[in-house]
Amino acid sequence: MPVVIVDGTEIEIGADERLNCIEAARRAGKEIPHYCWHPGLSVVASCRMCLIETGQRDAATGKVTMVPKLVPGCQTPVKDGTVIVTESPLVTESRARVEEALLIDHPIDCPICDKAGECLLQDYHFEHGQPERRADLHAFSSRKRDVGPTVTLFVDRCIMCTRCVRFTREISGTSELMVTSRGAKEEIDVFPGHPLANKLSGNVVDLCPVGALGDKDFLYQQRVWFLKREANVCGGCSAGCSIFTEHNQDAVYRLKPRENPHVNKWWICDDGRYGWHHLHDASRILEASRRSPSPARRGNGAATPAVETVEWAEVVTKLRDDLKAAGRLAVAVSPMLTVEEAWMLCAVARSIDPQAFLAMGFVPTSGADESFPGGFTIRGEKCPNRRGVEEVLAVYGAGGRSWTDLVAHVSAGSADAAWITAGYPGPWIDTAAADAFAGLGHLVVQDLFDSPLMRLASWRLPATGFAERNGTWVNVAHRAQSFRQAIRPPAGVWPEGRLFWNMLGRRGLYDPVAVRHQIAGSSAALAALAGDMPPTGVDLRIHQLA
Amino acid sequence: MQPFKPVLLEAVGVSDGYTLASYKSRGGYAPLETTLSEKKPADVVEMVKASGLRGRGGAGFSTGLKWTFLPKDHPGPIYLCINADESEPGTFNNRILMEDDPHQVIEGIILSAYATRASTAYLYLRYEYPRSWHRLQAAIDEAYAAGYLGTNIRGSGFSLELYLHRGAAAYICGEETGLIESLEGKRAWPRIKPPFPAIEGLFRKPTVVNNIETMACVAQIARRGVDWFKSIGVPADPANPRDPGSYGPKLYCLSGHVEKPGCYEAPLGITARELIDHFGGGVWKGRRAKAVIPGGISMGLMTESELDTPLDFAGPGKVGCLGLGTAAVVVIDETVSIVDFLHNSCRFFAHESCGQCTPCREGTSWSLRLLERIKAGKGRLKDLDILLEIGSTMGMMPGSTICGLADGAAWPIKNAIKKFRGEFEDTIKRTNPSGWMVTDPVPALPIVGAH
Repeated sequence: MPVVIVDGTEIEIGADERLNCIEAARRAGKEIPHYCWHPGLSVVASCRMCLIETGQRDAATGKVTMVPKLVPGCQTPVKDGTVIVTESPLVTESRARVEEALLIDHPIDCPICDKAGECLLQDYHFEHGQPERRADLHAFSSRKRDVGPTVTLFVDRCIMCTRCVRFTREISGTSELMVTSRGAKEEIDVFPGHPLANKLSGNVVDLCPVGALGDKDFLYQQRVWFLKREANVCGGCSAGCSIFTEHNQDAVYRLKPRENPHVNKWWICDDGRYGWHHLHDASRILEASRRSPSPARRGNGAATPAVETVEWAEVVTKLRDDLKAAGRLAVAVSPMLTVEEAWMLCAVARSIDPQAFLAMGFVPTSGADESFPGGFTIRGEKCPNRRGVEEVLAVYGAGGRSWTDLVAHVSAGSADAAWITAGYPGPWIDTAAADAFAGLGHLVVQDLFDSPLMRLASWRLPATGFAERNGTWVNVAHRAQSFRQAIRPPAGVWPEGRLFWNMLGRRGLYDPVAVRHQIAGSSAALAALAGDMPPTGVDLRIHQLA
Repeated sequence: MQPFKPVLLEAVGVSDGYTLASYKSRGGYAPLETTLSEKKPADVVEMVKASGLRGRGGAGFSTGLKWTFLPKDHPGPIYLCINADESEPGTFNNRILMEDDPHQVIEGIILSAYATRASTAYLYLRYEYPRSWHRLQAAIDEAYAAGYLGTNIRGSGFSLELYLHRGAAAYICGEETGLIESLEGKRAWPRIKPPFPAIEGLFRKPTVVNNIETMACVAQIARRGVDWFKSIGVPADPANPRDPGSYGPKLYCLSGHVEKPGCYEAPLGITARELIDHFGGGVWKGRRAKAVIPGGISMGLMTESELDTPLDFAGPGKVGCLGLGTAAVVVIDETVSIVDFLHNSCRFFAHESCGQCTPCREGTSWSLRLLERIKAGKGRLKDLDILLEIGSTMGMMPGSTICGLADGAAWPIKNAIKKFRGEFEDTIKRTNPSGWMVTDPVPALPIVGAH
């Protein structure tokens, strides 16, 4: 195995690995500061923050020959015998000078900058900068301009690392951003009439190491040091991008991509990034309520049955009693539910009616898959867990049954009661489609928002959103990822998992890990869910291949 | 000094010297035809290698050696780029060659393309040379019509397409990878090396980038032979195994405070004093020279006492200059303030820095602002130390930039302050009597306007 010597410490790297000095040093626990380099983008070696000293150890004699000048760590590949020096006086001075140079034209308006607290320029200045400012030149300004519907550019904060420019050229393939002018007058800009408006535009804000690119959705909303982050999975489509939900006091402020080489690499799309606002929508359904089934509902709008709010502890028993009394049960298992919730829902349904008709819930779609040059794909299937629910349905002998089958089953009069789980962030069903469910003895609808179907329901149950639940989702590529809730659901709403857990009569708090392990034992297709779940998830097919 | 009959500038002063007919009457294109019919490409490479020809663009790298860096038996296209983005202040030798003897250049290009097995050549011309553009385009058209360019040149089976590309006026386009990026239609940001252009250059294919004067020298070597070329100039220093010698004639651009400025051809190794006195008619108005730029502003400064330095590839380096550069000798007489000189130099580089690498982008701009302040009577002695620090830490040599522009920006700063520090200190003390000694760090920052 090749050996690399980082500040005197020998580390081994893989024989086939192609690492640069920054990556190799990181393995040895040494951080080489850098601005322009990003693992997902091409190397330009222009910021010059990662300058280090390197050398080569002769394999035979052990003698080290150093390169007589500084080299950029990002541009220099390591091989067997490479010597990296990250803390020599020459390196330290060079970093201090680059940091000083970058601050010459920087407005240093940290108190009013959104990036403060997570800014590389700040962090590196404290770590590598000089205590005094020698460039006593004025000419600070703080200009800003719109570069697109999602992003504001604070022109003078920019340090010209060109990460954003390279992103639009290499990953989104849209090339909106460019560099204008020359030398110290350089600026990032867009061409007139061609704003930064692609579906991945928000990523340039994450890439920006300083506060030059501001996310309009987040601008001036919260200081970043108040934010807490929870590793989540995006529920916007079946790609299942790994994300961090950043929140404070049960309010989500922004979503950030979480690096996952198997799924989304370093990126997320704007649909996902800004797709959390429905969680805090005032029109969400927040109470469980029940109304007595009216004997004459069809064609008689005059009869308004009494609606009563039901305490959550009572839902557990009353719902079971109602459904048991109604007779034949049909259940739609929403692809928005986690694997654990779907599995428990099926168990609940079968405990009420052993012949319960189980089927996939409504699968929302929007156009075709959309791929970008950088290898990122936005899926047309706008739900996170169709594959997971399919596998669970297969366990219960209901594999392959779709929403259409369920509608047909109900329309044919083969069911006396239906339980529709939904949880979609937007409108999904119209009056005509909902009409198929009119006339049932009981209709349970569990959703985030009111809908034509919800208006027919005898049981109205609130659902929860992606950041409010625990569990596991399986994406389009069979990768299962577990996550924990970031915020509590509003107004004491029980997440689906808690309700199902209690309806199954299980004791204590809802324990998704225990359920997941139980599922893994019950199905060969889901066996990979056993054990601890790595942050980047597991591929469900690994056991089948073995 | 020995009398020297111009070779590269043979056509200067010849009426219609830029036409094909005139060039052929002086023996032009005959060596090309002989070479194409009798020699293999490798023979041409060997010939140029044996001649010791070093690139005339500034760095002085061995031309023949550069050609051998191309991959052997490369299946795809190889490109030849001719660098005529002559932007170094004080330099105009390529312009004379292109305007007065374009066919000499074109013959050199065809020979070089033959040697490097390139079938496409691009001539990157700086925007500010309209006459060169017209003359070159006319000459290229003539050469196509006469069968010296195009498919199957003079029945030899060798084909070459030569494209004349006019740049958009930026100094950085003269850096070879900046030129390549610009040719590809991109912003001329120099590329990181490796890979070098010989391996991955224009359109990601092996590429050779050569200067106009180098091409003219190739044509003359083919016509007059290796021995003629080696008989001119300064042989390699036997004490220095890394010195390949400085052979051949060289075009010196003499400008500034001399009686007769102009482009003069002389053997490599002529001293600056000989050049000024023999060709330039001495410093103008009977004054003394204060300093002389040896080869374009980026090469630094020689003082009056260093004027006997031979202007070959090794000479200027011995007195602390960066090198011979483009051999553009600019004379500065004793009345000129060296502060003004350095301010002008820094203004140029701050304007022309491409802005890619932090040390160059901010260093050139900061040094300009320091000099502006010194000129405004607010200088401090401490500023000179900062200037020296900027100068000694930016560039390829300390490793802090991608290309050599920063070295070129740094050298005038370093040379001027080291060689003329007394004058800088006097100026600062005279113009800022109350504040020249201040060394305080900067106090609080000015208030920033709200968003």
